[in-house]
Amino acid sequence: MKTTYREAVREAIREAMNRDARVFLMGEDVGHYGGCYAVSRGLLEEFGEDRIRDAPLSEAGFVGAGIGAALGGMRPIVEVMTVNFSFLALDQIVNNAATLLHMSGGALNVPLVIRMATGGGRQVAAQHSRSLEGWYAHIPGLKILTPATLEDARGTLWTALEDPDPVLIFEHVLLYNLEGELPDDAGPVPIDRAAIRRDGTDVSLITYGGSLPKALAAAERLAEEGVSAEVLDLRTLRPLDTEAILETVEKTHRAVIVDEGWRSGSLSAEISARITEGAFYELDAPVARVCGAEVPTPYPKHLEAAALPQVEGILEAARSVLPAGRGARG
Amino acid sequence: MTFPPSPPLPEREHGLELLRSMILVRRFEEKCAELYGKEKIRGFLHLYIGEEAVAAGSVPILGPEDSLVATYREHGHALVRGVPPGRVMAEMYGKMEGCARGRGGSMHIFDAEARVFGGNAIVAGGLPVAVGLALAARMLGENRVTACYFGEGAAAEGAFHESMNLAALWDLPVLFCCENNLYAMGTALAISQSETDLALRAAGYRIPAWAVDGMDVLAVEDAMRRAVEAVRGGGGPHFLEFRTYRFRAHSMFDPELYRTKEEVARWKERDPIALFVERLRAADLIEEARAKEIEAEVVAEVEEAVRFAEAGSWEPVEELSRFVYSERPAAAAEGR
Repeated sequence: MKTTYREAVREAIREAMNRDARVFLMGEDVGHYGGCYAVSRGLLEEFGEDRIRDAPLSEAGFVGAGIGAALGGMRPIVEVMTVNFSFLALDQIVNNAATLLHMSGGALNVPLVIRMATGGGRQVAAQHSRSLEGWYAHIPGLKILTPATLEDARGTLWTALEDPDPVLIFEHVLLYNLEGELPDDAGPVPIDRAAIRRDGTDVSLITYGGSLPKALAAAERLAEEGVSAEVLDLRTLRPLDTEAILETVEKTHRAVIVDEGWRSGSLSAEISARITEGAFYELDAPVARVCGAEVPTPYPKHLEAAALPQVEGILEAARSVLPAGRGARG
Repeated sequence: MTFPPSPPLPEREHGLELLRSMILVRRFEEKCAELYGKEKIRGFLHLYIGEEAVAAGSVPILGPEDSLVATYREHGHALVRGVPPGRVMAEMYGKMEGCARGRGGSMHIFDAEARVFGGNAIVAGGLPVAVGLALAARMLGENRVTACYFGEGAAAEGAFHESMNLAALWDLPVLFCCENNLYAMGTALAISQSETDLALRAAGYRIPAWAVDGMDVLAVEDAMRRAVEAVRGGGGPHFLEFRTYRFRAHSMFDPELYRTKEEVARWKERDPIALFVERLRAADLIEEARAKEIEAEVVAEVEEAVRFAEAGSWEPVEELSRFVYSERPAAAAEGR
């Protein structure tokens, strides 16, 4: 079945709604507008206003209401338009969703799913181009998913809804139009394991979300240069699949981390540290990183492109860790 | 502020029950202050002394199926709700026998069975959660009322306004119980909020709202009964502003520079316990012997709670990382 990432997410929501009467979707413009990224278009007509619930511009209010509804026995999917607006609900996400289980000594769990768009690349300037899933991955008590493929877009939601704890799903804005084939019976996927998206032996490109297509394109180019790059899609930023990270490094002995987040204090820093801790003697070169430039994402196309990881930058980083003579030098 | 005349005294046994409840909260809290001095209780400790009539008069109106959300000044609510004093005290100690295994402490009393959902240490943080509990009740067709207790300081927070709007917009069965003790930590209502009539502000969201004398346990009870009936009857969200006063500092770290001794003394003349005892006495509903008996019973109960907490155990350090994520599958977590 030919489909898009957007449709795959919509199918996942539809399936969840049909499967469990306790599931409902709540957020800004999810109903009458059809979702700001058109993910929920048509669902209001199908499920009605009670279950496709338009919320006011009130992130702390409706995210907190999602937490309360989860405590009260429902299975809410809360859509926050973008990660940028989720800051208005940080208190509820960080102080309540992430902590209630622990502070209640295991008595109160919060089976809540929060979906939000993330990332830059659409020329919508700094306040709409943040890539801060790595921030959320800092917080114990939350699970952070970054589906980057059609299979994951379709398959992570149900697994997330079955999880007894709060799960945040970050959908990169550039992925919504991603097109491809997806089996009609595409099912749930695990949400705690990374996935090898391309096998390789010479260098590992470790990435997630919106940077995956770029990493795959870079691997393609490297192949033309005679370099076999392995691409590891983290899929889940918390808990991080350390084992998969170390395995790929043990196989290729070279690592390039591609993360749209800013370099300082980033997820890429964490991954690099884990490689140092767990596979230092396997490394044949220092770990390289391709990150977002440390500026608020600019509006003009050329500056924005320069601020975000691109295929060329990934190629350069890969070449820098390869032994002299491997791979064409730019 | 003038309030309508206080409701007539109830029958003797009920009156004594209300009194007992207030005394339990007070003695428990006084014991906590003492134990804090002995470093048995650590962290932040916010005492409810002076405000007992609010919890004692309002919480028992809720049914067992109803939900309760509170702030960090919630020991009284938990006790009146029926969480065993020993378990509350053990929680204060941080002992494993506490109602949240000691992981929450004074500011985070939880009890799933009693439907006490916090204990929230973020001002106004519990309001959206209460709205959500009410939303779930509505969607599941359960006739539950969610009572949400918070201080007047919360009315300055965005979450307050967002919650009022959502609750009214969606017509949810939530009862907002504002405990207006006049000070948000050390900042007076009058110097921190443009409109100090909180009931009026709730009314701005089309939520029926009343101000209630929070020092009069019977007035509290009467208002709460009407409000809960209205919410349960499908009347949508309601708002009660209980006008009260804390006799002690905000927390144990508070040097109380922001108010005069005279002001505190004036309010103490309206001590909810003393006022109520006076009324009971005047109506011959309590004798000296009975008053002493209640006092002795409560003191024994608090002592027992302390013994329970003292005898409690510390969670093994090996369990540090438990309850960051659930240990049970979602299926088992259903049906709460």
